[in-house]
Amino acid sequence: MKNFSRREFIGTSAAVASSAAVSGFSPLANAQTPTLSYKPEAGAKLRVLRWKRFVQGDEEQFMVNIDKFSKTYGIEVRVDNEGWEDVRPKAAVSANVGSGPDMIMGWFDDPFQYPTKLLDMTELANYLGQKYGGWYDVSKQYGMLKDKWISVPWAIIANAMVYRKSHVQAAGFEKVPRDTAGFLKLCQALAAKGTPAGFALGKAVGDGNNWVHWLLWSHGGRLVNEKGQVVVNSPETIAALEYARELYKTFVPGTLSWQDPNNNKAFLDGQVSLTANGISVYYAAKMSQDPKMQEMALDIDHEHFPIGPVGKPMELMQITQMMCFAYTKYPNATRELARFLMEADQYNPWLEKSIGYGAQTLKAYEANPIWHGDPKAKVYGEGPAMMTNHGYSGPLGAASAACLADYIVLDMIAEASSGNRTPKEAAERAAERAKRYYKA
Amino acid sequence: MKSLSLMERFQSNRHALGYAFMVPAILLLAGLLAYPLGLGTWLGFTDAKIGRSGEWIGIENFKYLITDSVFLLSVFNTLFYTVVASIAKFVLGLWLAMLLNKNLPFKSFFRAVVLLPWIVPTALSAIAFWWIYDSQFSVVSWMLTRMGLIDRYIDFLGDPWLARMSVIIANVWRGIPFVAISLLAGLQTISPSYYEAASIDGATPWQQFRFITMPLLTPIIAVVMTFSVLFTFTDFQLIYVLTRGGPLNATQLMATLAFQRAIPGGSLGEGAAIATMMVPLLLAAIMFSYFGLQRRAWQQGADK
Repeated sequence: MKNFSRREFIGTSAAVASSAAVSGFSPLANAQTPTLSYKPEAGAKLRVLRWKRFVQGDEEQFMVNIDKFSKTYGIEVRVDNEGWEDVRPKAAVSANVGSGPDMIMGWFDDPFQYPTKLLDMTELANYLGQKYGGWYDVSKQYGMLKDKWISVPWAIIANAMVYRKSHVQAAGFEKVPRDTAGFLKLCQALAAKGTPAGFALGKAVGDGNNWVHWLLWSHGGRLVNEKGQVVVNSPETIAALEYARELYKTFVPGTLSWQDPNNNKAFLDGQVSLTANGISVYYAAKMSQDPKMQEMALDIDHEHFPIGPVGKPMELMQITQMMCFAYTKYPNATRELARFLMEADQYNPWLEKSIGYGAQTLKAYEANPIWHGDPKAKVYGEGPAMMTNHGYSGPLGAASAACLADYIVLDMIAEASSGNRTPKEAAERAAERAKRYYKA
Repeated sequence: MKSLSLMERFQSNRHALGYAFMVPAILLLAGLLAYPLGLGTWLGFTDAKIGRSGEWIGIENFKYLITDSVFLLSVFNTLFYTVVASIAKFVLGLWLAMLLNKNLPFKSFFRAVVLLPWIVPTALSAIAFWWIYDSQFSVVSWMLTRMGLIDRYIDFLGDPWLARMSVIIANVWRGIPFVAISLLAGLQTISPSYYEAASIDGATPWQQFRFITMPLLTPIIAVVMTFSVLFTFTDFQLIYVLTRGGPLNATQLMATLAFQRAIPGGSLGEGAAIATMMVPLLLAAIMFSYFGLQRRAWQQGADK
């Protein structure tokens, strides 16, 4: 395993000290600030493949950071953008073929599909964790294979309940209840008032998967246990499915056909008053020139997903990570780029310009100004602490990826909610489908 | 007689020259058709994943697929979708072709306009249909509600059977031009003297259609429907944009399932196996149209 890292002292700590002065905050102004930097190879040239931005600010600031890196180290960096769903198979092909971009921003459990093709990032990850308040649990789950780091978790696309304050209050609630039982009552009241909720039950990769996994996990159900055995056919799952059935009755019609954009459209048109989404709905309303939209923006607020019988938050969001490939001719330069992008000087402005669409994977960045400006954005900044990985509670790998892509959990919830199958049948079918991938 | 050099002999030998001219085409076909087909079929017998190459596992993928309820549903969906859409396209296409065959004013204009659904890229027309079928914003529902015919918006893509019919309608809209224009070309090869002779003998329009048009058109129909069935059976774009195979896998075709399992799902071997399973069904359809509907002596008035 190639490992040419060397430690240089001066540049990094000076940069940290000056960045603390400039940005006005520093979680770590102590003498034990860890330092690490990799000396890039001479004549290094890097290729980065990332997913196409969801918000303009993300791409702009990202390119500013890249330019800064290029100028600081004299390394040419080429950045390619692809749609987020296309990046994943391309990364897999690069890994398979043994050539391609040096760094690819992947999603979910991509690194676990080809862990042997990736550079060991343990040293860098430990350094970042030490320097920036530690990684969230979910960052460790997605970043580590046994005790080695195979990728650097970059950001989390946070998800939360988005609701119309006036409608929720008209239904008799001060805000969205923090428990699932109360949440069901809220949805029933909203439906009664003609301002229903709506959650995606079609093949919605982001929004659909997020809320159905929360629903399953918050009731104590899960697809697999720690050993990777399929345990989805359980009383807890049945309870979750029965809850889903009651909830579905309160939804606006048509949710079985909803893909990712549908709930945004419906909410902004006032057809639903409660859904689960990223911060994009709020921003679409806030940035709109239409006065009706701006009025709605004032009426929008966010809340975490309610807590179910298990008693703790169990949310799912999307995580994206930097994958550095072992076939790269410039492993030091690649690692240095990863370090550079995750350092406060670069990461903080990037997080801010992403206007809350991306959330941090390191705890220290909770202090970023984006979460302390508009109070409505705050909930998204707290998201990563509530998040669990989608393969819960089994190991991540080809099986977890296949189950997510085949919509096993989402189909199960959709079948039970719509009455297409009884909860028992839906759970059995999901178990049967999952067993195919998780065969021991 | 002067003896010819090898090169001169080669150039004057008709057979050798013929084979030589065929070589580029054979290379193209082998490289771009035979090799990918072979590779795809072979992949179906392995457990290849998208992140690593696979090992030979024989018919394991196929054995699993026959017991997989989602796969069996996709086979049913594909057959249902193909049969219904093809029949609709044939009937409507033939009708349109016969209308266009008549002497209409602005004939060329109509013939060009008829081609539009076919020319518009599928992804674009699929997005347009996605809006038309939207459960909250459908223009069709809006109109019908305004007219007082319905009181709730139609759940085009949310109800399984409704979704199947909606998707078929979108496919038929897009596929009619191909059938219509091709059949129109066929209709124009039928000599009008047949119709004249028949009408002199007192044949009704229906009899003319049944005994002149249909038999003479059958070979063209065979070719057109072969292609139409092929395109419909392997349809991907329309389904992917409209429903991605939902709701509850009601519009999951074999092509979309193969993609879902292979690319996001990572199981290349299984996806290739699903794609390979499409071949026998397609072959059956093609055999039927090709051999069953070819030009036969009885179509020209002989006994057998």
